[in-house]
Amino acid sequence: MSAIPRRLLPSTAVLAALTLVSGCGLGAKKVESGADATERGPITYAAGKDVSGVVPKLIKRWNETHPDEKATFIELPEDANAQRQQMIQNAQLKSDTFTVLSLDAVWTAEFAANRWIDEIPRKSFPYDKTLDPINGTVRYRGKYFAMPYASDGALLYYRKDLLDKAGIDEPPETWSEMQEVCRKVLKGQSKMSCYAGQFEKYEGLTVNFSEAVHSAGGRITDDKGNPTVNTPEAKRGLDSLVEGFRDGTMSKEAITYMEEPGRRAFEKGKTLFIRQWPSMYGVSSNKGKNNEVAGKFGVAPIPGQDGPGVSSLGGHNLALSSSARNKATALDFMRYMTSKQNSRRNLNDGSLAPVYTDLYDDPEMRRKFPWLPVLKKSILHAEPRPRVVQYGDATTAIQDAAYAALTGKKSSSEALRSLQKKLRALTP
Amino acid sequence: MATLLISPTLIVLGLVIVYPVLAAVYSSMFTVPGVDPRTGFVEGGEPFVGLDNFASIFTGAGGRFWNAFWNTSFLTVTSVLLETVIGLAMALIMHQAMRGRAWVRASILVPWAIPTAISALLWRWIFDSEGIANTMLGTKVLWTTEGFQSQAAVIIAEVWKTAPFVGLLVLAGLQIISQEVYEAARVDGAGPVRRFWNITLPLVKPALLVAVLFRLLDALRMFDLPYILIGAGKESVETLSMLAQDEASNVRFGPASAYSVLLFLYVFLIAFTFIKLLGADLLGGRDEPGGKKGGRKSPRRQAGGGRSRQKEATA
Repeated sequence: MSAIPRRLLPSTAVLAALTLVSGCGLGAKKVESGADATERGPITYAAGKDVSGVVPKLIKRWNETHPDEKATFIELPEDANAQRQQMIQNAQLKSDTFTVLSLDAVWTAEFAANRWIDEIPRKSFPYDKTLDPINGTVRYRGKYFAMPYASDGALLYYRKDLLDKAGIDEPPETWSEMQEVCRKVLKGQSKMSCYAGQFEKYEGLTVNFSEAVHSAGGRITDDKGNPTVNTPEAKRGLDSLVEGFRDGTMSKEAITYMEEPGRRAFEKGKTLFIRQWPSMYGVSSNKGKNNEVAGKFGVAPIPGQDGPGVSSLGGHNLALSSSARNKATALDFMRYMTSKQNSRRNLNDGSLAPVYTDLYDDPEMRRKFPWLPVLKKSILHAEPRPRVVQYGDATTAIQDAAYAALTGKKSSSEALRSLQKKLRALTP
Repeated sequence: MATLLISPTLIVLGLVIVYPVLAAVYSSMFTVPGVDPRTGFVEGGEPFVGLDNFASIFTGAGGRFWNAFWNTSFLTVTSVLLETVIGLAMALIMHQAMRGRAWVRASILVPWAIPTAISALLWRWIFDSEGIANTMLGTKVLWTTEGFQSQAAVIIAEVWKTAPFVGLLVLAGLQIISQEVYEAARVDGAGPVRRFWNITLPLVKPALLVAVLFRLLDALRMFDLPYILIGAGKESVETLSMLAQDEASNVRFGPASAYSVLLFLYVFLIAFTFIKLLGADLLGGRDEPGGKKGGRKSPRRQAGGGRSRQKEATA
């Protein structure tokens, strides 16, 4: 990292002046801002491993119509942390290797605050047609830094066959209703537990903890970004999980569950309800030797304390690397990749949850993906995970606190008190 | 002339060892820029803080460092101790002249040939809540959760993987012990236990100490096994390397460098003490004729070691 670009940053006046100088041939690289980009030419698209296989098709179609502004797909590792590290490296070297970045929904604040990505012209992207909670993940301090590409929200998967057998027609809406259903269905047997989520100490725990707190009416951070976890509502949310582990609503081994172990447990009939992402729907619908639930489960919004629960948001947004070249092309490419037409293709071919409101109401898609209407409800009630610049530290602090409370190492109020202190130290 | 001849080596060493160490020390004196509350942007430049990153381990924020420090030390000491005992036993078995010896040797060495990351994944399955470990023991231990059980899991996997390394080095040591010494002892009426303590152990000691030293240095910077087997951010098994990696991945290169430098000094200190205390065996022990001098006290041994080193130099 050279010192010169950093000195460029303090004010746009200095930036403009120095860009002029560098334009006269002093060697510094001339980089446009995303707002008034005119430069066109070849670009790259950096995203995590393309598991659904939809990206090459999209890029091929783009390259056919833009022979002079070809896009190259740079496939990063599947692990989110590894993706983030490579993108940060690219930004710190002020390299133009990556042009358009596919960012995890929780990275926006960090990338925007460090000026690793450019603010994008709000008017030229269709934010009015995408679901509002999803738009919340691309804003930083009221400015737009990315365009939603694909979304993800929580669903409550339940064993429809067992509920039907017990004469229950509707899946439960609240946490206590769910426990009531469990008492009825699971009477007199110990093989199946009531509920499971993702409680291993990793990002999934942050997701599940946030959902518990938000579903009880609490907030992790307020609108200004100040932490608000030391409240009765937050405690009520965390307590529901803590007591769930204590009274056997969740089995003891659920503390080791991530997405995959949880799915296997559900498919083996070890839990009646499980909180999962939509992607499990297709997987668990395939009949297999270790899967006894194919065709026997349904989905519902996750349960809350006094009504439907509040989901966390997953998904990816497309952003523009601030050190990239050919930003005019890049913005066009971002508009193309996130267009409604391609969002529909991604849903159809890769089961990627769309960001456009219309697609959730598309009858053909609804027939093909029965979880769509439920996911729409889930996302409409959703609350993004905390938008903190030092997200890595915030999520570690949350995991420490939640894990200590769930394993009984700390009382929930003690855990929340220390979490509040840690999150407070992370706010500017 | 001599300087000129070794200068390529010196340059390479300087590039790959001295420069990175100095660069780490330099970057450990900076900290992360804060966020400007007004604009919401991160301020430019990394502020210089001198030795603050090192001093902070003695304040409240140092809790995580000391936890990692004791974890590193505990995991190192226990696993190296077990590896030494088991490795020695493996070497003795591999050394026996018996049928299928090649097969036994190969099978003992298999764990050592498996990359740590892969073996960590294998053990992760074994220690799953429904894995083989729980099925065989008839228990319901959640091995990967916080607590002593996760440390035990790491130690077991670590010993399984690296005891063969100790075994291999000790086997090399065993093979240079002359059979005549054993025969003479047998003629004098020494039983197998006596032969082990009075002949095998003293004679194989130099090789064993080299193996232990290598293992100590390696285990002190343990990272991949606990990271994959138990998971990042678990207090019970967080080592100094994991702490430094976590800081670096959160773009705090100053503190990350500081932790790495401290780990470097710790490893250096351990290696230095080890060689100082037992150096004679490491550097000159092999020159000593016969095994009868194994019982000598260390100061004299060191002197002897020094002499034999001179001999080597003049030879």
